[in-house]
Amino acid sequence: SSHEHKLNFKKSKEVCLSYIQDAVLQKQWKRAAEFLTFYTESLEKDFSTEYMGPSEMIWRIGTEILCHHSHSSMKEFNSFIEQMKTLGIKRYLKVCLEHAFHLLCNGLIDEAYQNLSLAESWRFGEQTAIQDKEMKLIQAYRGLLDYYRWSKQKNILLEHGQDGFEDLSIEQEMHNCFRKAAVNLKEIIKIPGVWDLFVKCYVDLLEFYGDHNEARQVLNEYAYDSKFPANPNAHVYLYQFMKRHGESKKSLISALKILHDIVPSHELMIDFNIMLQKSKKRKKRQLGLEVIFAALDYAGWKENVKAWSCLARQVKQIVISEKHLDWIKQEWNSRKDWWPAFHFSRYLAKRNWQENESLSYEKALVAGILLGKDCKYFKYISHQGCKAQVKRFRILKKFMNKHDPVYLRLSS
Amino acid sequence: RDFNERCAQCSEVNWGLTDGGRFYCRSCHSVTERTREVVNTDFVSNTRIHTISKGLRKQKETDGGCEWYVCEGFQLVLKKQAEALEALGVCPQMKDEILCNFWRCYLQKSKQAYCNRPAGETIKALSVCQSSTDMDSEPDRPSVLHLLSLSESEGDLQTDCSFVSSTSKVSESTSVCSGSVDGSLYLMKNRKETLRMTMPMTLSFCYMALLWLREPMTLSDLLRFVVEGHIPYLNVFQHFPEKMKLCGLDLKIFCVESWPVYEEVHNKMLELAAFLDLPRFPDITDSCFLHPDMLCMKYLMEANLPDELHNWTCRVVKKICIGEADFLTLVPGNKSTRKVKYDVLAVAVIVVVLKLLFLLDDHYEWLLSDFAEERNKNNKEGGLYFEFQKWYKVIKCSLDVEQKKLDEKRAKYLWRCEKPLFYSAKKKSKVLKRRQMVVNLQNQFGKLSGSVQPAEKANPSSFQLSWSEENTDGSCFHGHSLKGILQEKCGLLTAMNPDYWLCTVKLCTEKSCGHLAHYREVDFPQSYHFVLRLFSFLLRIEPSYIHDEVCVIEHKLFNKKLCKKPKYNTSLRK
Repeated sequence: SSHEHKLNFKKSKEVCLSYIQDAVLQKQWKRAAEFLTFYTESLEKDFSTEYMGPSEMIWRIGTEILCHHSHSSMKEFNSFIEQMKTLGIKRYLKVCLEHAFHLLCNGLIDEAYQNLSLAESWRFGEQTAIQDKEMKLIQAYRGLLDYYRWSKQKNILLEHGQDGFEDLSIEQEMHNCFRKAAVNLKEIIKIPGVWDLFVKCYVDLLEFYGDHNEARQVLNEYAYDSKFPANPNAHVYLYQFMKRHGESKKSLISALKILHDIVPSHELMIDFNIMLQKSKKRKKRQLGLEVIFAALDYAGWKENVKAWSCLARQVKQIVISEKHLDWIKQEWNSRKDWWPAFHFSRYLAKRNWQENESLSYEKALVAGILLGKDCKYFKYISHQGCKAQVKRFRILKKFMNKHDPVYLRLSS
Repeated sequence: RDFNERCAQCSEVNWGLTDGGRFYCRSCHSVTERTREVVNTDFVSNTRIHTISKGLRKQKETDGGCEWYVCEGFQLVLKKQAEALEALGVCPQMKDEILCNFWRCYLQKSKQAYCNRPAGETIKALSVCQSSTDMDSEPDRPSVLHLLSLSESEGDLQTDCSFVSSTSKVSESTSVCSGSVDGSLYLMKNRKETLRMTMPMTLSFCYMALLWLREPMTLSDLLRFVVEGHIPYLNVFQHFPEKMKLCGLDLKIFCVESWPVYEEVHNKMLELAAFLDLPRFPDITDSCFLHPDMLCMKYLMEANLPDELHNWTCRVVKKICIGEADFLTLVPGNKSTRKVKYDVLAVAVIVVVLKLLFLLDDHYEWLLSDFAEERNKNNKEGGLYFEFQKWYKVIKCSLDVEQKKLDEKRAKYLWRCEKPLFYSAKKKSKVLKRRQMVVNLQNQFGKLSGSVQPAEKANPSSFQLSWSEENTDGSCFHGHSLKGILQEKCGLLTAMNPDYWLCTVKLCTEKSCGHLAHYREVDFPQSYHFVLRLFSFLLRIEPSYIHDEVCVIEHKLFNKKLCKKPKYNTSLRK
């Protein structure tokens, strides 16, 4: 049993800490505050060799409590954080950074900016070099806030411009912000990491000032530099940029191809498929089929009419042309065991018909081709559709009757 | 002691102290009329404690402090503790006569005062915090870290932020400082030669004095009062006068970082009594509070058990002769007899009685309880029969509540006080800043604690649990009858329960493993564990201590049966 009757300082603070942790987990903020009061004296015995010592505990737990406690105010929070900053020099910049985040989350953007600027000017012997990473982050976030300001001023100017007003001071300030932002944003995205927001903002700045080359280079590096972690968004940004600047289909396709490899279920796969279907090259069209099948493997796409219509269009076109049936066969091979239950069950047939006629139409078409007109799904939908005397279903029925043997060839 | 006259009767110089504080000759036992003068133990600048030719106390120039010796510090501590005990109702004689005489005797025996300083030993008055210039020339002066590791003090003061951090190098020019004159020398002393004074030992002194006077306070009571703050122990240096500056190694000596441990205090007390060459303590007779008959009654009441059980505890006590004055009275230095822990003994007797009557094998006691319940249902008149199950429910409920409170108190225990401690003047500002921050944070989060009342210091009470027969909910079992579980045989009342199981078949030797038995909760019935847990809570000691004592009592009780049979059964027929 844990009821030891001995007690020493260290043990009693450990026990106290466990009470605090329990209270925090159960969101009992008053109780957590109460026990934290008794825990604070462990600062007077800070075992600096421990992984997470009392001062860090108090900083983190105190922050949690002050964030959630009903009687806590921003003023209290700020005064608490200022104390925490003096508590551990080795942690100074980290505390500053998190303080800034907290201020931002509470909409106090100017205060956050001030904090970050102050932190940026901090110097403390060898600690400055040791905390280099945090310093970079601080500069980066300050750069982000500079961008935010720039953006605001840009909008003001655009408004004024429409009204015919001109404001030189705002314009100048805007350019100032641009410069400050650009410097810091550029710095941070050099470091391998995930910097989506920073990259977007930086590219936005560059594009506005017409430096498209730099923008493209930045995006390229962000997407293709192997030192950076694999990031689907990098490719999305690059694709969007290239689209904006009317680049060749070839480049667009190559960007999206990588995205397909990383995230086959990405929403851009529809665009990708459409692009590929239009291509003159056979390989590209085959890729398109591959892409759309892969996307529909994911549950999130089950009821996506657009996706089904893409697939339907493509398989229909293949069946009519009677060329490249082997493409369908290849895709269907690995899916014939589970797609029927996944997409084409009788239950789904009923539901799709009830909820979304277009969806059921597209799916029926695909089902008919892949599984034959006697499959559950097709039968049900076709029957319902013809009963309801919807024209396209009658057409579909005729089409299926004509091309029925196809599925036999697919399943062999 | 400094009473060196020859005895009028036998011309010996061999004095002891009577209860009344008079001197008596130990050789011929004649009592003199000489009594101890009441000693003024106030701290004054030219106290008489130091008969060593040191000259008048020097006033330190810089910080208004003055020279003081470690033993003076302890003397102050003892004085404060004695005053607190007096406030709790202990007779004034304890402070004015007994305790201070013990202390003086100790000082004399350990050659810290009242004697000629032995040749060759000089006090190196190490310079205090401020100056540090004359340090370099001492080659054999121990380094700071060496001294820190020597002391057996409980807490890990070495890593205190107010101390030099263990990672930084300690240069020779750092003054090995202490506010006291002999702080570092003190820590260097070999413990075995002279029983070195420590904070836990102050409690040993107190207990020894209480025992000498046979005051109605057990050691577990005393230690509980210490933890509850009624007796100065933690941060007692707060009460030192301004002039006595504490710093450096003094902290190692006077700062406490853990609750006093029963075993440690008790063992030290025995060592002390032997060291001081004390005679046999005043007899513990059956009218004394510490006698098992009395203590059993007290604990039976507190445990909400029927008064009738007292007959049984007395019978057991008598049977195994642990009520004899010779068994109970402390004779210092006598290593052959096992020293009695009165509180543990009493509760162990109660446990044995419960086992005798209820067996406590997780089966029989419930059976008995069912019978009693039936009887109580059908027979409303006459007293109620004691139902083990009901008692168990009531006690468990209260025990759980109290244990939970105690657990929270442990978590909320505050160790620091307003008076700052720092190792050296260099660290002073850092320590003060930290303290300020702690106070700020306490205020800030204290306000967010909601309407929590600050924990009032409970009035000290000998009883932690109390039950009243006036309660209409029937939660008091004092008046309940044991009739249902007793039977008459040959005119003598015996238990209906014919069986008994021994906690252990063979006792260990204390010397080899420190214990007489080894208690593991899983090895024993839950009812037994529950009973141990109850008394463990009341006494604030580990269940295994009580278990050890239970084993000893059982072995005394069933001695004959154990000796007879070569094969041991773990259950016996009585």
